[in-house]
Amino acid sequence: MRMYEHTNSRMYDWLGIVLAGLSAIAVLVALGMVFLYAPREATMGDVQRIFYFHVASAWVGFFAFFVTFVAGIGYLVQGKRRWDILALSSVEIGLTFITMAVVTGSLWAKPAWGAYWTWEPRLTISAVQLLIYVAYGMLRSAIESPEQKARFATVYGIVAFVTVPLSWFAIRWWRTIHPDIMTGGEGMAMTPRMVQTLLASIAAFTLLYATLLRQRVHLERAADALARLQLRAEDEKALKVSENL
Amino acid sequence: MNFIRKVFAIVAKDIAAELHTREMISAMLVFSVLAMFIFSFALDLRGAMARAAAPGVLWATIAFAGTLGLSRSLAREQQSGCIDGLMLAPVDRSAIYFGKAIGNLIFMGIVEIVLLPLFSALFNVSLLRLGVLLVMALGTVGYGAVGTLLAAIAVNTRAREVMLPVLLLPLAIPALIAAVQATGGLVEGGTLADVGGWTRLLVVYDLVIVAVSMLTFEYVVEE
Repeated sequence: MRMYEHTNSRMYDWLGIVLAGLSAIAVLVALGMVFLYAPREATMGDVQRIFYFHVASAWVGFFAFFVTFVAGIGYLVQGKRRWDILALSSVEIGLTFITMAVVTGSLWAKPAWGAYWTWEPRLTISAVQLLIYVAYGMLRSAIESPEQKARFATVYGIVAFVTVPLSWFAIRWWRTIHPDIMTGGEGMAMTPRMVQTLLASIAAFTLLYATLLRQRVHLERAADALARLQLRAEDEKALKVSENL
Repeated sequence: MNFIRKVFAIVAKDIAAELHTREMISAMLVFSVLAMFIFSFALDLRGAMARAAAPGVLWATIAFAGTLGLSRSLAREQQSGCIDGLMLAPVDRSAIYFGKAIGNLIFMGIVEIVLLPLFSALFNVSLLRLGVLLVMALGTVGYGAVGTLLAAIAVNTRAREVMLPVLLLPLAIPALIAAVQATGGLVEGGTLADVGGWTRLLVVYDLVIVAVSMLTFEYVVEE
């Protein structure tokens, strides 16, 4: 019952609260900077402001899947449940952010290039990652045994992550061979204020990721503890029944 | 018994099983021909259009037919209980992986050898060239290598056959892009040197995938 005591012994998860507070402040600051501090982009206008959220969420998505990859290696080496919890929590949060990146990317593509989807390499690789980790989630939900679920998901998480750089090269070359005039808006000149705003957004989203990750990990531990308690309660009930007999 | 002989003992077992039932190769072949017809009707493939679309249609057909064969190959092990026998055998887990993977590659290769002349005739493109064969081999090795690993995972899930394409296709994207581009370059009259970048990407994909699959397979079949 160590896990159970762990989640129950402290009334307040102070680190979690501090992280939540910090990310709330950071997100507000980033929002303020995006709308008030960053200059209006010369050619694209206010539409360009979505870029700060887009890049930040794409970064968090990629980082989250990297965390899953590292946690997967940890799980294969040590076989401890905590690594699997970290991996699955990071995938779920990464999926949320990569979805945000794909959606904001499409919204930006429409006014910038005239279409919601242009097979721009970075947007495409984000969408490929989205598909890969949706498959990861489907795999987990299609397996009963928790131990087997962890093992299979870990292997998939590792193999999947290894293919991502190869996909990136393939998609990039593929697009270069078929030149696409629509992707002409790549060389956006950034002023110092723009760079500062971008960095603030990335920092804010990364903090938000850390906060969500901590909460998700705790949730999964609590679920584990609950499952163990239920198991124990059933055992005790069965014991009582057998005593009464 | 050394490693190679163990691997080929497993390959020989798979070939014997396939000669007995012929279910894998016949399913893949019939499906491939059907897929070619469906693509032809869907895209109205004639003349220059057929030439342009041929590499994509070819690889899409191979990819979809491949998932059929791969999931059959591992499901057969499971249903017959043969996988338990393999696990008890005094061989390295990676020998089992290579055995299964090579067996699958042989079956996919046989289907492709039948498919190529048929494809060339139906779409009036010449695919029977050394360069195309090399690209086919490279693409199939990568696809089959990762497919064998993922099929071993998929057979243990509730969704089984449905799970494999969902897991496999997103990971096969780099191999499919490279294979389609290389095949396309060769069909357009290029030499192997012209599509060198794509074939190198295929080689890198194959090496990386085979290494990672070999290392992780033991965690998939672990009891």
